[in-house]
Order: sequence, then C-alpha cells, then structure tokens
Amino acid sequence: MRVTLLGSRGSFPHIGPEMMRYGGNTSCVEVVGSDGTVVMLDAGTGIRNASSAVDKTLKRMDILLTHFHMDHLQGLGFFAPLFNPNMEVHIWGPPSTTMTLHDRLSRYLSPPLFPVCIRDFTCNLHFHNAPRGQFKVGGLEIASDVVCHPGPTMGYRVSENGSSLAYLPDHEVALGACHFPNETAWTSGYKLTEGADLLLHDSQYNEQEYSDKVGWGHSTPRQSAQFASMASVKTLLTFHHDPNHDDDTVDALVADASEVANGTLVVGGAEGMVFDL
Amino acid sequence: MSTQKPIEIILLRQWASHMATPIWIAGNRGELLYYNEPAEKLLGRRFDEAGPMRLRELPKIFKTTWPDGSPMSEEDLPLAKALRERQPAHLRVLITALDGKSRVLDITAVPLLVQGGDYLGAMAMFWEPES
Repeated sequence: MRVTLLGSRGSFPHIGPEMMRYGGNTSCVEVVGSDGTVVMLDAGTGIRNASSAVDKTLKRMDILLTHFHMDHLQGLGFFAPLFNPNMEVHIWGPPSTTMTLHDRLSRYLSPPLFPVCIRDFTCNLHFHNAPRGQFKVGGLEIASDVVCHPGPTMGYRVSENGSSLAYLPDHEVALGACHFPNETAWTSGYKLTEGADLLLHDSQYNEQEYSDKVGWGHSTPRQSAQFASMASVKTLLTFHHDPNHDDDTVDALVADASEVANGTLVVGGAEGMVFDL
Repeated sequence: MSTQKPIEIILLRQWASHMATPIWIAGNRGELLYYNEPAEKLLGRRFDEAGPMRLRELPKIFKTTWPDGSPMSEEDLPLAKALRERQPAHLRVLITALDGKSRVLDITAVPLLVQGGDYLGAMAMFWEPES
C-alpha cells in the first residue's frame, strides 16, 4: 500500500515561510492499496490535495474519521468526490448510542457554520459507525479502537500483505497509563500500534506545553517515541504538529524524541511524504 | 494480540486512583481489574501485590453477610448483580476483612455501558452509612 501525508498540522491550518517543510494543512492521510482501494484517514484541510480526488476511474472511496474536531473535518465540504454522482463514498466515525454519524457531521455541515449541507453532496453516500474491532475495505484490513482524547475518538490500523500503518493523530497516550511507558495493558492505543511498520502519532506539544495542558488530549514527541518503542514500531512519524511550532521547532523536538526512541526511527511527519509499505 | 484494556477502563482507573471513596472495577467476565487505595483497606491487601483476580475468589479475602450477620449469597452482591443484569444495584452489607474488623457498608454498583453499546463490566463504590 502507498501512504501519502496530505496534512500533518494539528488544531488549525497555518501557512508561512517558517512552516514550508512540514506544511500547514491539517490532518489527512491517503492510503492506496495494491488493488487500488482508497482510504482517506481524516478529512482535514489536506484532503483537497488527494490525488484520488481527481482520479476519474475511481468508483469508491472510504473516509475514516478519528473524531469530529474541526481540524479533522474541515476539508470535507471542499472534497470533490463528495460532489461526484458517479462516486460511492463511505464515511466511518466513532460510534455513538445517542446520535447518528450523519447527525453529528451535520452539526458542522449545515448553516450557520457552513453553507452546504450533507444533502447537497451528490455522491452515493453511506455512513458507518466504526466498530471496536476489525473490518475490511476492499483489500485493506482495518482495525479500529477508541483511544484517549476528549470525546469519542478512534485510532486506526491499516494492514495489507503483512505491512501495517497505525494512525493515532489525536491521542494523549500518557493520560491514565499506569507507569507509562511500561504497562502495555494499561496504555491506550497499544493494541492498534503493536508491531506496526509505520506509526503516525500525536506529537503536538513540547514537554513544557504538555505540563500546562494535561487532559487536553495530546502528546509530546518524547511520549510518542516512548510509546512507539514500547510497541516495537519500526518508524514513528511525529504528527499533528502544533500550529505555533515552526519547522526548526519540529526538527528540535524530533531530535530530542530520538534520544528515547530505543530502536524506533523517529521522523517528523511532513506534508507530501510518501511511504510504500 | 495484547490484552490492552479498553480506554474507558484505563480512564476509569485513573479517576478511581484519585478518589477517597473505595472503588472496585470489574471486567465483563467477572474479573476484578482494579481497586483503588481506599479499597485496599477493605481488602487488607494492596492491588499491586494482589493483582487482578476473579470475583469468586473474594470470599477467601473477606466475608460478606447481611447487616444482621445472616449469610448472604455472592449473587446478591451489587457488583455481581450489576454484572449479571447490567443494571445499577445498591445494598447495605456487613463486611469482615482479613484484619478481622467488621464494617457495615453501603455498596453501589453500576454497569459500564459505553458509546456504541459495548458492555465492559461494572464499577462498585463503598460508603460508610452516616447512621
């Protein structure tokens, strides 16, 4: 499968010369399976740049939403396949016992917050509650589970032919974890992440920022590296960079995290990166 | 695959560890997953030493009767009832722990039903009656 980072920024899109290398678009990752199956992980502002959005031969795509914070949804209303009557789009999101996925998304995709409603999407649209377990999308195996972040939030693992990508863009791994990073049974997200080839993980704050924002739902690059090492991940991509962190800051955080990675390669996740797994 | 606990259980443990009220957390298969420090006094044993155990092992650690001392079935205990019926349960009992001390306690147990409809187990809280 081919993994393309379309947006690696967290919370709010930000552009400027000091952020050119890691990019300013918010969370979105395109995964294309060897059989052509297309899965979009989240729908941040980066989704507009998906190559699959302009693929005229594509008949179906699946969008796996981790949660409903704006930085993970904001690209939906600008995503061309949703306005293509020949396209079948399946949107997956965290399960709820009180509201349908359609109704939860409508809170944003309706006036006064947005002029276009879900009913204006002309594609063949389907909604699904993501299970706490496994399912298949084309040739891709998906595992999903709820992870630690305010409000129901999913993490996903996408696997094909023995290779796997774990995607936990918003995840406060140290909150509630007993003796972090030493007790796997009591660490959120471990099951999804264990042995992954590539992990995209929330690395929003530096250590000082985290100490001021415990409970806000995010991690530091050092915590991400410790988590990745604990889970025997091959490569960690720090992800969901804080909008106030310029390229040099991200570089420094990645270098610092590498010191505790213990066998895991740590790389700053940058918009435009492509990985073949 | 690992035996990682569901996030709701992880966060519940985090919360319980900060509470002054004795709290037990049980999984949906009847296993006692965690009890907090105030609950350790009831059991006379630290959780870090005892580790997870089956609820049916608890009578070896302490005896539970009706407040008048008459025998009580394990099935009547609120935690067992919440696990079995997935409904809240409340009861006043007399507990005699390893230290030999007897205490009259109220127990309130609630099932852990989470978003999406999954059932993860139950939680019990222990209260000393005011009168």
